[in-house]
Amino acid sequence: MTTNGAAFEAIDVSRHYRMGDTVVRAVDSLSLKIERGEYIALLGASGSGKSTLLNLLAGLDRPTSGAIFANGRDISAMSAEELARHRSQTIGIVFQAFHLLPKMTLEENVELPLRLAETPRAARPARVREALDRVLLTARRAHHPAELSGGEQQRAAIARALVNRPSILLADEPTGNLDSKTGEEIMQLIEGLHHPASASGADAAAEGMTVVLVTHEQGLAERFADRIVTISDGRIAHEERR
Amino acid sequence: MKTGDLMELASRNLREALLRNTLTTLGIAVGVASLVAMLSLGVGLQAFASQRLERTGLFDSVYVRPRQSAARPGGGGGGFGRQQNDDSSAVGGPDEIRPLDDEARKEIAGLPGVIEVYSEVHFTAQASLDDHGQLTTVAGLPPSSSTNDAFNDMEGRFFSSPDAAEVILGADMSQSLAESANIAPAALLGRMLTLRFPQRQMRPADSATAAPPKPPVAGVASASGATAMSNIGMGFSIVPTEKTFTIVGIIVSGDPGVGPGGLGGSGAYIPLGLAEQLAPVQGSDLREVMDESSASGSASSGVRYASLTLRTDGPSSVASVEAAIKAMGFSTFSLLDVTRNLRLLFAILDTLLGIFGSLALAVASLGIINTLVMAILERRREIGVLKALGASNRDVRRLFFIEAGVMGLLGGVFGVALGWFIGRAIHFGTAIYLKRQGVAAQDIWSVPWWLAFGAIAFAVVVSLAAGIVPASRAANLDPVQALRYE
Repeated sequence: MTTNGAAFEAIDVSRHYRMGDTVVRAVDSLSLKIERGEYIALLGASGSGKSTLLNLLAGLDRPTSGAIFANGRDISAMSAEELARHRSQTIGIVFQAFHLLPKMTLEENVELPLRLAETPRAARPARVREALDRVLLTARRAHHPAELSGGEQQRAAIARALVNRPSILLADEPTGNLDSKTGEEIMQLIEGLHHPASASGADAAAEGMTVVLVTHEQGLAERFADRIVTISDGRIAHEERR
Repeated sequence: MKTGDLMELASRNLREALLRNTLTTLGIAVGVASLVAMLSLGVGLQAFASQRLERTGLFDSVYVRPRQSAARPGGGGGGFGRQQNDDSSAVGGPDEIRPLDDEARKEIAGLPGVIEVYSEVHFTAQASLDDHGQLTTVAGLPPSSSTNDAFNDMEGRFFSSPDAAEVILGADMSQSLAESANIAPAALLGRMLTLRFPQRQMRPADSATAAPPKPPVAGVASASGATAMSNIGMGFSIVPTEKTFTIVGIIVSGDPGVGPGGLGGSGAYIPLGLAEQLAPVQGSDLREVMDESSASGSASSGVRYASLTLRTDGPSSVASVEAAIKAMGFSTFSLLDVTRNLRLLFAILDTLLGIFGSLALAVASLGIINTLVMAILERRREIGVLKALGASNRDVRRLFFIEAGVMGLLGGVFGVALGWFIGRAIHFGTAIYLKRQGVAAQDIWSVPWWLAFGAIAFAVVVSLAAGIVPASRAANLDPVQALRYE
C-alpha cells in the first residue's frame, strides 16, 4: 500500500456509534487520499459525518474499522501517547467555537502547544510572537479572549494552531460562528497559509501547508479549495477537483 | 509536558478556583492539625514520662546482689525474689556462692559501660538541731543523684563533694525541725545538724580472724559505753557514734531515693562516700547476724555488701552489663523490661491517637476528591482542548495529580502550623489548670521534626491517593466528547 507523498490516506474507514439499540454509521467504509500541500474541503450537511472524519484524521477519535495513514504512519494503530505526539508535532486544529482558554491571555493560549511539545522556554517568546504576527494580533497579545471579537478569537486560534509549525491544518467550520465579512477574512488567512505568496508573501514556513477544511458552505469550498469532497451519510457522495 | 510547565498550569488552575481550592486546602489543614495535635500530645506524654523516669536513674541502673544459697532455710534475704535475673548455671553450683565484697565491687566498676557503683546506705539516727531532736532515717546519695528531679526546686544546693559533712533534709523533716526550733524551714540552711547513730566496727583479730578495723573518720566521736553492745557473737561490734553536718539543702517536693533498694522516704540525705565511711548499722547487718555462714565469713573476708547499685552510661548498656555481672556469679535486676512495656504502651497510645487524628484527614481527602471531580466537570472542555493541542493522557493525569499534591502540601504545612498552635493552646490551658491545682506546669506536648515532616508527607500522600480516581477520569476523557461539552 502506497502512502508516500500523501498527508493522509484513509482506507475503508468506518466509525460507528451505538446509541441504545441503534448503530449510527457516522463514517461508513470511506476511503480518501489527501496529498501533501493540498487544500481539500469536506463539504456536507450537518450530521453527514464530515466532522467525525476530521476527528479521525486528527487522531482525536479512532475508527471502528479501517486504517488511516498520516505522513505514511498508521495513526489508527498508534498508542494514545503516540497520537498525542502526532497531534502536537504534525497537526494544527482550528475549531468552529475557537476553544481558547478564557483565563489565559492570547499570548498564553498561543504558548500552550509549545508547552505541550516541550519546546525550550527560551525559544517560546519568539515563536509566539511569530504566530501572532502572522494573524496580525501582536498588539492584542496581553488580552483575554473575552476582550476580543469573534474574528480576532478565531485568528488567535489559528495562531495557536500554527505555533508548532505543523504541516497540516485541520479547520472544522472555522467561519461557522462568524459573520460573512469576518469569515471571509479568516478564509483569506487560511488561504494565505496554504499559499503564502497570495497573502503577505513573507512567510516561507507556511508554504505548502496541507489544509483540510470542513464546511457546509459550498461557496467557501468552491472559492478556496483545490478539491471538494462531498460527504453524505458517512460516505463520499461526490468528489470534484478544481 | 515538562514538570515546570505542569506546575505553572496547576498553580494557575488552583488560583482560578481560589475559594473552592482554599476551602479544600483548609479541610486538609484541619485534618493534619487534628493529627498533629493528637500525636504531639502522645509524643509529649511519652517524652515527659520517659524523661521523668530516666531522671530517677532507674532505667540506666542495675541492682546487684549475691546469689541465694539453695540450702538457705526459707530462701529469704538474698536476690530479688520473683523478679531477679538469676542464672545458676553461670558459675559453679548452688554451693559456690560468691560474696559481694570489695573485690567484686571493683570488678563490676571496671565493666564497660559502668560509670558508677555504690552500695546502699540507709540507717536510723537521732537528729539534733540545738536542743531539739527527733528520730529519722538517713540515706546516702551518690553524686549522680544531683540530676534527680527532686533537686530541681530544692532550697539550697547539692553536696559540694562526695565526702563533705553536709546534709540535705527532706520536706517533712525540715518542717518538723523548723517547727521545733520555731524558725522558718529556709532558716535551717547553714545550721548544724548532729546525727547520732549506731556504728558498725569490725571486731579485733582475737575473736575473728583477719579483718582490719575501719580507719577512723574525722569528726566522728564514739560515745561512752560504746562496748556495751559489742560482744554478742557477731563479726563486728556496734558503737553509738555521732557526727555533725551542715544543712545545705531542703527538698521541697519529690524523693531522690526512690528505687528497688527501698531508700525512699528518708528524712535526711548525706553524701554516699561519707555514709560508707561512717559504717552505720543497717537492716542488712541484722540479716548478716541471722545468717550463720555470713556471721563467720564477714569477719574473715572484709566488707560484704548486701547489694550494690550501679549506673550505666545509658539504658542501652544495661543488658550487656547485666549479662557480664551474671557471668561473675551474682544476681541482677533492672527496670529495662518495665521500660519496654512503657514504650509498648505509648506506641499503642500513639497509634490510637493517630487513628483518631487521621479520621479528620480521611474526611478531608473526600473534600479533595470532590474538588477534583468538580474541576473535571468544569474543565471538561479545557481537557479536550489540551488533548487536541497535543496533551497526552499522562500530561492530563499529572496535571490533576500535581493540583492534588499542591493542595495536600499547602494543607499539610498549614495544618502543622495550626496543630502547633492548638498544641500550644492545650499546653497553655493545662499549665493554667495545673497552676490552679497547686502543681507545677509540665510540658506534656511536643512536635518533633519527624512528626511535622511526617504529617506533611502524609497529607501529600493522602491527597495524591484521593486524586488517583479523578486524575484517571480526566486523563481518559474522550477529547471529542470533551470538546462538545457545554
